[in-house]
Amino acid sequence: MCGFSGYFGSIRDGRALLESMTAAIAHRGPDEQGIFIAPEAGLGHVRLSIVGLGDGQQPMSDASGELTIAFNGEIFNYVELRDELRAKGRRFRTSSDTEVILHLYDEMGEECVSLLNGDFAFAIWDARRRRMMLARDRMGVRPLFYTAYGGTFYFASEVKALLQVPGVSAEIDPIALDQIFTLWAPIAPRTPFRNILELEPAHLMTVDQHGVTTRPYWQLQYPDRDQPPVYVDEGSAAEELRALLTDATRIRMRADVPVGAYLSGGLDSSIVSALAAGMTPQRLRTFSVTFDSAEHDESAFQLEMAAALGTQHSAIACRTGDIAKSFPDVIRFTERPIIRTAPAPLYQLSGLVREAGLKVVLTGEGADEVFAGYDIFKEARVRRFCGRQPGSHIRPHLFRKLYPYLPGLKQQSPEYLAAFFGAGDAPLDDLLFSHRPRLKGTAATKLFFSGDLRAQLKDYDAADELIGRLPQDFGRWHPLHQAQYLESRFLLPGYILSSQGDRMAMAHGIEGRFPFLDHRLVEFAAKLPPEMKLKGLTEKHILREATKDLLPAVIGKRVKQPYRAPDSHSFSGPGELDYVRGALSEDAVAEGGLFNVRAVTKLYEKCRARPASGFRDNAAFVGILSTQLWLQTFTGAGIGKAEAA
Amino acid sequence: MTQAIKEKVRTFIIENFLFGDTSYDLADTASMIENDIIDSTGVLELVAFIEDQFGIAMADADIVPANLDSLARISAFIAAKAVPVTA
Repeated sequence: MCGFSGYFGSIRDGRALLESMTAAIAHRGPDEQGIFIAPEAGLGHVRLSIVGLGDGQQPMSDASGELTIAFNGEIFNYVELRDELRAKGRRFRTSSDTEVILHLYDEMGEECVSLLNGDFAFAIWDARRRRMMLARDRMGVRPLFYTAYGGTFYFASEVKALLQVPGVSAEIDPIALDQIFTLWAPIAPRTPFRNILELEPAHLMTVDQHGVTTRPYWQLQYPDRDQPPVYVDEGSAAEELRALLTDATRIRMRADVPVGAYLSGGLDSSIVSALAAGMTPQRLRTFSVTFDSAEHDESAFQLEMAAALGTQHSAIACRTGDIAKSFPDVIRFTERPIIRTAPAPLYQLSGLVREAGLKVVLTGEGADEVFAGYDIFKEARVRRFCGRQPGSHIRPHLFRKLYPYLPGLKQQSPEYLAAFFGAGDAPLDDLLFSHRPRLKGTAATKLFFSGDLRAQLKDYDAADELIGRLPQDFGRWHPLHQAQYLESRFLLPGYILSSQGDRMAMAHGIEGRFPFLDHRLVEFAAKLPPEMKLKGLTEKHILREATKDLLPAVIGKRVKQPYRAPDSHSFSGPGELDYVRGALSEDAVAEGGLFNVRAVTKLYEKCRARPASGFRDNAAFVGILSTQLWLQTFTGAGIGKAEAA
Repeated sequence: MTQAIKEKVRTFIIENFLFGDTSYDLADTASMIENDIIDSTGVLELVAFIEDQFGIAMADADIVPANLDSLARISAFIAAKAVPVTA
């Protein structure tokens, strides 16, 4: 794990700059720090020691001293790669996975990334070629941001390090804000910070005196819908899945420190915990978060699973008000406005893991994208059925089945449900068909944008830009695969892995590992016929089949309950905090200039009078509050009277 | 009476769902669902408003888009349901 920063170009005091850049991300690597300076480049590193505890210090140079790496993440197949390199005569000086990347780069150049199975972002300074190479893992688990200023190229694991560069300042990018208020996340390489970009997942970049070159080295690909299926026998597909998942978990248990697991009570984390428990000679440590609202709490399932596996289980209670207390810290670490509070409990959870003395946890994240677990996939299937069968009598009742855990929808008539899900209905050949209701519902929160912001955005349409970013063959894929791609390629790295994954874990120096995002498993699942993933309206069918002997039946047959946390409700009530009043005060909103002061005041009053439970009001409240906190944290604007006092 | 009902409902919609945005052209017959003015919780807020302000007890069968999806439909529904005041 860890964090790094660096530059390519000529600057006056590289060491001092790198010291301040790495200090800004010290939370990512509390164990060690290091700096490397060359005439035209520099690298800084903060280390979370997990593999090669005694000899894995970074930045690390090869024996020639011409190649130097700063690396964040883990290469899970480093043992096999090291054996192969040794067989070729390569000699290793350390037991770390970092050195394996250096040797591979020496052998293969930038193509080395194609052999790496892991979650990584790294920079290699190649003094021979006078070139900096940057790379990021396939699914976007680990972050990497960059900017250019005054003729020098800068990069870092988090934006807050780049903001240490004299002359680089934080300014919100209105397009990114529009994307967040439509798609939940900016479309990479764009970030909320104007002129600060991120390297996209599965991309590599080279920077030299001729400029910057970026290219993908891997792409998430699905078969054409009329192509004969690769897998026709469900039994053998389930068997292969089980073998891949077992191996993905096995190599993610590699560490010179104990590895624990998150246990949400759902199917995915239970599978990962069950596999891990069978692989460790010690009693596995598991961790979960509980809520005091029945709508969000899954503690009964967590305890059942922990008891079934015999794990040493710890839980942290997220009570009403806890989310509000930690929310400013959450925004400081997410470095982006968010429209839901779900990252906040995960921030608390990683703190619990740290207190327990662990540094590494396995999680079930990714299974919903890879094996079609999200409700949006089922919803799209029902909507397609309704589009094809507009006269069907069962049409209204199908929607009621989709979201049994949402109290607001339980009270709706079938006619209303059909109208809501029909709202925004697109032609069946619309490339964003699966996501249109969500995009439309989220974009309704832009009602609160100020006149100035609307004028800046003019006719900009985030959904159109998303369509422009789809691969050429996207239109030939099965609709389920199209929906999976949209989730996996955009929302997963842009929101889930960044806001809920890397940034919430690393805030407390915790490394999350994701067996379901092993690229071998991702590639395998992409080739599976859609009906093996979403069978009727049963999600993750093949995954259930492949793991049914691992789990108690009550867990294995659980219908997906998405991880959610209380939203605007968390910020109102007797314990309301001064910072909320300050950030949403008329002065602060006016100073920020992004939102309509009167509309925000009315929303705030509405949420205080009766905590909003509708999606739009909740998303708008959390989105506006988080944007105001973002402004305060990174630009100093929008502080408001209550906070200033 | 329908005009007075309509204005009362219009004010509620502008204040509660459009958060005071008077620049929004709220046409009488425009669908509130299709125009993203109302979401699933909004329907329940609207029902509470109608029951509270007009003294109408709404049955489940009343809570359908045919009655509540536009200003004109809501007003007509309330007018039809309201108990006539007799001397």
